Amino acid sequence: MAVELRMPALSPTMEEGKLARWLVKEGDAVKSGDILAEIETDKATMEFEAIDEGTIGRIVVPEGSEGVKVGTVIATIEGEGEDPAPKAPPAAAPPQPPAATPAPRSEKQEGRNVATITLREALRDAMAEEMRRDDRVFVIGEEVAEYQGAYKVTQGLLEEFGPRRVIDTPITEYGFAGIGTGAAMGGLRPIVEFMTFNFAMQAIDHIINSAAKTNYMSGGQMRCPIVFRGPNGAAARVGAQHSQNYAPWYASVPGLVVIAPYDAADAKGLLKSAIRSDDPVVFLENELLYGHSFELAEDDQTVPIGKARVLREGRDVTIVAYSITVGMALEAAGQLAEEGIEAEVLDLRTLRPLDRAAVLASLRKTNRLIVAEEGWPACSIASEIVAICMEDGFDDLDAPVLRVCNEDVPMPYAANLEKAALVNAARIQAAARKVCGR
Amino acid sequence: MARSARTSEISKAKAAASARPAPRAEEGQDAIQLRSLQLAHEAESRYRASDEELLHFYEQMVLIRRFEEKAGQLYGLGLIGGFCHLYIGQEAVAVGVQSALDPARDSVITGYRDHGHMLAYGIDPKVIMAELTGRAAGISRGKGGSMHMFSVEHKFYGGHGIVGAQVSLGTGLAFAHKYRGDGGACVAYFGDGAANQGQVYESFNMASLWQLPIVYVVENNGYAMGTAVRRGSAETHFYRRGTAFRIPGLPVNGMDVLEVRRATDIAIAYVRAGNGPVLLEFNTYRYRGHSMSDPAKYRTREEVQEMREKHDPIDHARDELLKRGVAEDAIKAIDKKLRSVVTEAADFAENSPEPDLCELGTDVLVESY
Repeated sequence: MAVELRMPALSPTMEEGKLARWLVKEGDAVKSGDILAEIETDKATMEFEAIDEGTIGRIVVPEGSEGVKVGTVIATIEGEGEDPAPKAPPAAAPPQPPAATPAPRSEKQEGRNVATITLREALRDAMAEEMRRDDRVFVIGEEVAEYQGAYKVTQGLLEEFGPRRVIDTPITEYGFAGIGTGAAMGGLRPIVEFMTFNFAMQAIDHIINSAAKTNYMSGGQMRCPIVFRGPNGAAARVGAQHSQNYAPWYASVPGLVVIAPYDAADAKGLLKSAIRSDDPVVFLENELLYGHSFELAEDDQTVPIGKARVLREGRDVTIVAYSITVGMALEAAGQLAEEGIEAEVLDLRTLRPLDRAAVLASLRKTNRLIVAEEGWPACSIASEIVAICMEDGFDDLDAPVLRVCNEDVPMPYAANLEKAALVNAARIQAAARKVCGR
Repeated sequence: MARSARTSEISKAKAAASARPAPRAEEGQDAIQLRSLQLAHEAESRYRASDEELLHFYEQMVLIRRFEEKAGQLYGLGLIGGFCHLYIGQEAVAVGVQSALDPARDSVITGYRDHGHMLAYGIDPKVIMAELTGRAAGISRGKGGSMHMFSVEHKFYGGHGIVGAQVSLGTGLAFAHKYRGDGGACVAYFGDGAANQGQVYESFNMASLWQLPIVYVVENNGYAMGTAVRRGSAETHFYRRGTAFRIPGLPVNGMDVLEVRRATDIAIAYVRAGNGPVLLEFNTYRYRGHSMSDPAKYRTREEVQEMREKHDPIDHARDELLKRGVAEDAIKAIDKKLRSVVTEAADFAENSPEPDLCELGTDVLVESY
């Protein structure tokens, strides 16, 4: 019988891809290992190989199709002795026509020319614009140049800026974090990419002891203008060693600036500010957001460091969030509104220095506050927000501040356990109801 | 029925790799290349200093020794706190190396035993001593202490308290020299103890891969805190430790300032010509403990005494000056002058005010957000 070839999942987070090119046509005999097609994900172009012998029966999804969902039948293979299926008449549409999915979460930006771009592209554009502006800025890390970035964030930078300014390193985090830090002390402005912040654990000595403390220890004479950036927090199904949120670790260190943007405009504007800053910056991205599209003004704007923003106004309860939980908080707020609870969503954006005033101002307005954080609850950013509310907002509190975090366990691999470990919009809603006495 | 599919990535890197020319040279040639600097050093092992130059080296070494002795005293009086690592015995290394550098373009970085390097670089003893006593007039305004001192003006980048960190940081300084094309080189000092840190070898790899202008200087004083080299190092000849990264190395008598200078000249010329890093191993000895709180039970008094009596770099230079016919009075005049320089530095450090309490919160970040 005919075997169906389905769109493969080529990375832990891939949901769809582009069928870039067919390398075989209907009726071609193929054997195991033959390359059938090239598939583009948002991270890379991959080859799709045959695993068995047979004859290509029908090509269901034509080349050039974008947004093909994982699992969609893209072709059939007839086994030996089987008749190839007759060519589909032109009228017969593919069973699952590929359609580009609309941008999942977008925010309007009034009064500016807006374009829809992914968070990944926004980060790349921020780096490219700052590199054009200042020759001292360069990018260094694993696979940032020839590979175009492990998560494609540095795509195209090598082509534009060349190997002097886009530098592939060996797998040697401690070493290249130290080299970047030394180069910053020597007057350059490095952007050090960690493939993920999990690997920055190997390099954390330079981030803390060398980069963060030098200005203070030198009585203000030796600067360290460097950006350490990369994905942070849980991705999808990558297990405990690759799924940790380090925001509370870095945010506890005086001498560092710590930023964790949610959308493309913030990612771009804050990364530009980070690169221009004279201070060492830890810039925490989120892999699950890289492929999300947002509307973004087409200009060269920076976003100020240290300023939170209210993304949705409300009077009943404040949901404080940062990075990926901002999206969850917005979703929860939408649901809560239907129940008659008007939630205010506050995006922290910068975790150090933390915008205490914005937290307290929102609390003063709503008198109830919860914190949504994709990370462990103990000694977390959420814990810090609770402390701020206790110390400086006690009189404004009508209910205890609740933390809505991941479960206090290493990240499990099994899909159901992972789901159970992670914060989500439903849990945020439940906490909001609880503090509102519903 | 659906079948799974295997995938493989299109690797642009593969294409790039196959386009790369020149297979590795024969091993024999490699060995000669790695030994090339040793051959140059064997052919001429000591710098031909003029009397004036040698007298200047002598003066710098004595300054360091008197300064460190005074620091030891002030520590005993409770005026200096925390950790304080003295450089006594190792003076020839910093003085010889620094004399070979071009202060207008070369950068220097070291670990926590840093007073000697700063003095050899011409930084005012007063501001160093005032930092040791934690005063506002100190070079780090009293906020760094013995282990954390910097002078960007002198291209002296610290003064780092984490063993081995300066090696990666120095490699970054070298990266910056090459990036800017300013013709400068970096000297990164570290000890036989730091030589066992992993980041040292991560740095060696990248420095050699990218041909960075850096001279790695191992000051092998025999002890990583209390652990003798042979107890902590499988390869005790540290100059060989760059070989795996194709970095030429040179073993040098670090108790002779002229030998130190000559070796550094060879290294700097090689590095400045764009050949990549060099590893210098200076065999030296510290007379005092690892830090002021070290009881030094790991070695005998006789061992220390023998080094002091037979291998002291200052005595050595003094004898050579006298042999050359330099007047003893000239040498004594230097000794006298330095005693007063150090006394003045100590008085300054003792009598300067502590930092204002408002300094507690300054310089945490450069900018306001």
